[in-house]
Amino acid sequence: MDRIFNAEFALGHMNYWLFVILMMTGLYIVVARGNLLKKIVGLNLFQVAVFMLYISMGKVSGGTAPILIDNPNQLYSNPLPHVLILTAIVVGIATTSLGLALIVRINETYGTIEEDEVLEIDHQMHADEVAKVEKLKPAKLDAS
Amino acid sequence: MLSFVSAHSPLLAIVIPLISAPLCMLFGNRTVAFTISTLAVAASFALSIYLLWWVKDGTVLSYHIGGWAPPLGIEYRVDTANAFVLLIVSAMGLLTLPYARTSITDEIDENHHTLFYACYMLCFTGLMGVTITGDAFNVFVFLEISSLSTYVLVALGAKKDKRALSAAYDYLVLGTIGATFFVIGLGFIYMATGTLNMVDLSQRLPAISDSRTVRAGFALIVIGMGLKVAVYPLHRWLPGAYTYSPSAVSVFLASTATKVALYVIIRFMFSVYSARFGFEAVTFQYVILPLALVAMFGASFVAVYQINLKRMLAYSSVSQIGYMLLGLSLLNVEGVSGAFVHMFNHAMTKGALFMAVGAIVFRTGSAMLPNMAGLGKQMPWTSAAIVIGGLSLIGVPSSAGFVSKWVLMSAAFERDWWLIAFLIVGSSLIAVVYVWRVIEVLYLQQPNKDVVVKEAPLSLLVPTWILIITTLWFGLHADFAIGFATTAAENLIQGGFGGKEVIILGVESR
Amino acid sequence: MMEPTVALLTTMALPLAAFVLCLLTPNHHNIRDGGTFIISILLLGCVLNVLSHFNAGTSIEYEALAFQPGLSIAFSVEPLGMVFALVASSLWIATHVYGIGYMRGNKEQKHARFFACFAFAIFATIGIAFSANLLTLFLFYELLTISTYPLVAHKENDAAKKGARTYLGILMGTSIVFLLTAVVWSYSIAGTLDFKPGGMLPTTLNPMFTAVLLALFAFGIGKAALMPFHRWLPAAMVAPTPVSALLHAVAVVKAGVFSMLKVGVYVFGIDNLASTGASQWLMWLAAFSILAASIIAMAQDNLKRRLAYSTISQLSYITFGVALATSMGAIGGGLHIVTHAFGKITLFMCAGAIYVATHKTNISEMRGLGKTMPFTFIAFGIGSLSIIGLPPFAGSWSKWMLLVAAADTGQIIMIGVLMVSSILNVAYLIPIFARGFFSPATGTGSKAVNADMPWREKLMEAPLLVVLPPCLTAIGCIVLFFYADTIVDFLNPIALAPSLETNNG
Repeated sequence: MDRIFNAEFALGHMNYWLFVILMMTGLYIVVARGNLLKKIVGLNLFQVAVFMLYISMGKVSGGTAPILIDNPNQLYSNPLPHVLILTAIVVGIATTSLGLALIVRINETYGTIEEDEVLEIDHQMHADEVAKVEKLKPAKLDAS
Repeated sequence: MLSFVSAHSPLLAIVIPLISAPLCMLFGNRTVAFTISTLAVAASFALSIYLLWWVKDGTVLSYHIGGWAPPLGIEYRVDTANAFVLLIVSAMGLLTLPYARTSITDEIDENHHTLFYACYMLCFTGLMGVTITGDAFNVFVFLEISSLSTYVLVALGAKKDKRALSAAYDYLVLGTIGATFFVIGLGFIYMATGTLNMVDLSQRLPAISDSRTVRAGFALIVIGMGLKVAVYPLHRWLPGAYTYSPSAVSVFLASTATKVALYVIIRFMFSVYSARFGFEAVTFQYVILPLALVAMFGASFVAVYQINLKRMLAYSSVSQIGYMLLGLSLLNVEGVSGAFVHMFNHAMTKGALFMAVGAIVFRTGSAMLPNMAGLGKQMPWTSAAIVIGGLSLIGVPSSAGFVSKWVLMSAAFERDWWLIAFLIVGSSLIAVVYVWRVIEVLYLQQPNKDVVVKEAPLSLLVPTWILIITTLWFGLHADFAIGFATTAAENLIQGGFGGKEVIILGVESR
Repeated sequence: MMEPTVALLTTMALPLAAFVLCLLTPNHHNIRDGGTFIISILLLGCVLNVLSHFNAGTSIEYEALAFQPGLSIAFSVEPLGMVFALVASSLWIATHVYGIGYMRGNKEQKHARFFACFAFAIFATIGIAFSANLLTLFLFYELLTISTYPLVAHKENDAAKKGARTYLGILMGTSIVFLLTAVVWSYSIAGTLDFKPGGMLPTTLNPMFTAVLLALFAFGIGKAALMPFHRWLPAAMVAPTPVSALLHAVAVVKAGVFSMLKVGVYVFGIDNLASTGASQWLMWLAAFSILAASIIAMAQDNLKRRLAYSTISQLSYITFGVALATSMGAIGGGLHIVTHAFGKITLFMCAGAIYVATHKTNISEMRGLGKTMPFTFIAFGIGSLSIIGLPPFAGSWSKWMLLVAAADTGQIIMIGVLMVSSILNVAYLIPIFARGFFSPATGTGSKAVNADMPWREKLMEAPLLVVLPPCLTAIGCIVLFFYADTIVDFLNPIALAPSLETNNG
């Protein structure tokens, strides 16, 4: 740990580095992209990176698939994370499909799937609402 | 039969509402769907009360799903803390349903009503499941069940206001990021310990609590859940979701969703991590505490300037969550019990307020404050409910809000943190401002047009007033909430999953 | 005779019944007003019943609700509270009658809300009077603030809204920020909130803490209108006059100083305050309030505002009595609650009578009115003299006792302050009725008075229901002069108790 760069450490955790990169790419896309569809893509990337983290975590080097065979000494990988991730994948698919469905509806009502434009329409609606209300009541909200 | 129900009560409280969701869809008739879901939630509520009474003295119930013993099998674990939260969720769920039945006729297309009930039941199941489960990954699964259905519920507000769609989308993105962070955190502690059962984790974690993996796991769990709780800088999704979702959904979300997520934080922090001292405690003292204070003041200030009443209440929720986090950050029994008491009280208060505002929206079609001028005369009961709910938000004595403030302040004094005590009362001064803005509009302004607004129908008023009366009742009979909260807090503060005696359920079925 | 606890609870149930009655009868003016009147008389009877039990030596206590283990909403009867409840309930009758006359004579709107809030405020006041611990006191204190807000904002115009905002802002702000903190802090120090003769706080408390805690209480009880948190009182004068009369001469402000007395006597303990000297600064602040408010009062032309500042000044007398930390001072303060209540309510009701009859609010317009409104002005004169503290009017006793108390403690400057203040009282009160009688009538509104007219026709008094109550309370000012010693005897135990405690302990 004294060395600033520990090649063994870095290479030995290769899979984690890759997941970190993948995860951050996904998160970056979610945050930085204005297109709602691309955000969903980023979100998927982000989630998939986590899935892979779990899957690689369960891998035992030299182990096989955890299937019951005759040899009791057969080394096998930890099946639990894999099973967990099956659940998470289902959740991820549900999230994605729901997100896509929302995008379709947003496209229908707003006529755009660019976040900036959606936001602008939102703000415009709010301003209209306020203006309508103010017109109803010429006196200011706070009387003094 | 009774012994069967008793032996399987933890499971039944979850499974009954879960099964009712597809049933709602199958029958496809909204009256039938309403009946099914009401019955299911009522059963769940009755079971919650039963469970709470069972564990009120500190007994712990451990239900082994399918008879598989815990570290391997999934365990439902009921102690005072989560039985209390179960009660909050199921009581609010039960009260919201009859309200929803009338309120959604105006807000959701008629052919979507069964969908609404199905999603509502899923959301309810998810929240109950998150609370009851003793398995860390199971928390994630239930959390996603509730979250996914919540996104749909929020988006259902689109008939009235299309901004519900973008709000739901924002919530979906942020909620998923939060849940994924949570999963990463779980992965880290699984890597370090090789188990996901909470009791098992709590036994293995202390030995390796210095490891960076475990710490990073804690941080990720807190951030992930913090997004769901709407801890101050992570609250961006909340105002939109509360404002544009159908009224009934606002009621249910505001009174339960954030509380359940907060419960998860509490559970991980105290039971799983036994965080009385050390890294986790420091996190709370130096990170969460300041954020809680910022929320208490910042969000309240923002609430003062809102012109949409629902949005105002949403920001007020963010600030009230600050109170709960503050209680946790005090890291003593009083503080944690204050957090629990405030969960309970705030659920009632905010639920009642959102119901009352929903009733106004039902009659006038708008939640804009200036539209409500002079409604005190036209909708006397609804307006009176807003007044009492508002007073409870401020924390006027004899209302539930006072009790929370009292306990939190006692906790601050207990730790000799005078300044914190002052800040607690200081922030409720801002609540006076935003609550009184509404009261002035309701009562001291002349109605701005000749349109006659009728009082809300009874089906909206009755649930609202039940909540208002409980708000007042528990404001005076505080020992109910304080008693449970203190037992819960004492167990939590000890760390781990102590408890007087553990009763194992669900095994004999094999 | 009712059971003691039943009688105690009935004193609180009656105003609540009036509250419900008023809400149920928004359009039946006679049923509502008559019913409430009957209830107010029943209330006085009930309070007298409690008094007779109390005099018989029964200790009357009732624990209503458990708030948390070791802490409950509870009521008990002790001399100070008894006196306060008597004052509030007897003056409620007078003000209710007056309120009916005023609201009808002045054609105000929303009678039901008005009287309902009024009754609720009385409920809260009685609750304050009989509270057995600080928590109960705080509960009713806040209820009083909230229930009086609609009364202050009654006219619903911008001025009323603004005044009501100031009212609520200051009262609620101080009570939430300071008083609640003080209550919770006391609880964490003493482990109890029950009022205890000789002081609830341990005497071993660090004197600096005592001083800080006293400051929190003194400023937290904003209703006592101690400067600099006095602004709500003049602001609340936008309210209809019956409100100003009962609430801002009796219920609200007296609830404030009453709480102050309770805190001084039962939370800190007079002896404790005296030995630590923690209340010295409060005495100086009270003295400053007395003088400053009197001086400001002189500059006010609006009659109600002048009376408001006079109230601020007189309230500080009571705070001053507490801060002197002698038994004489505390008893004098308790007596001043009574005498000032009668005096000031007379003045306010007269101001309202003048407004109903002539719609005049400024003192400069009131010249010569005494000739057409002799009853009102005579009552006003009696009230003024009582406030100033001249025998044979009630106010003289309480001021005398406070003077003696100040002399006992050797506070020469304070004696001077009280003297100067009395002179200032003369300067701002006497001219009002002197001009009323001795200046020629000016301005519009007064009808031409012909010397030949029979006296009945010269009168331009307000309706009977408006004029009668101030006359009665003015008579009360005189009667009280002769019965002051009864009250003092009655109050004596509050000051004796601590010394007994010390003897025993």
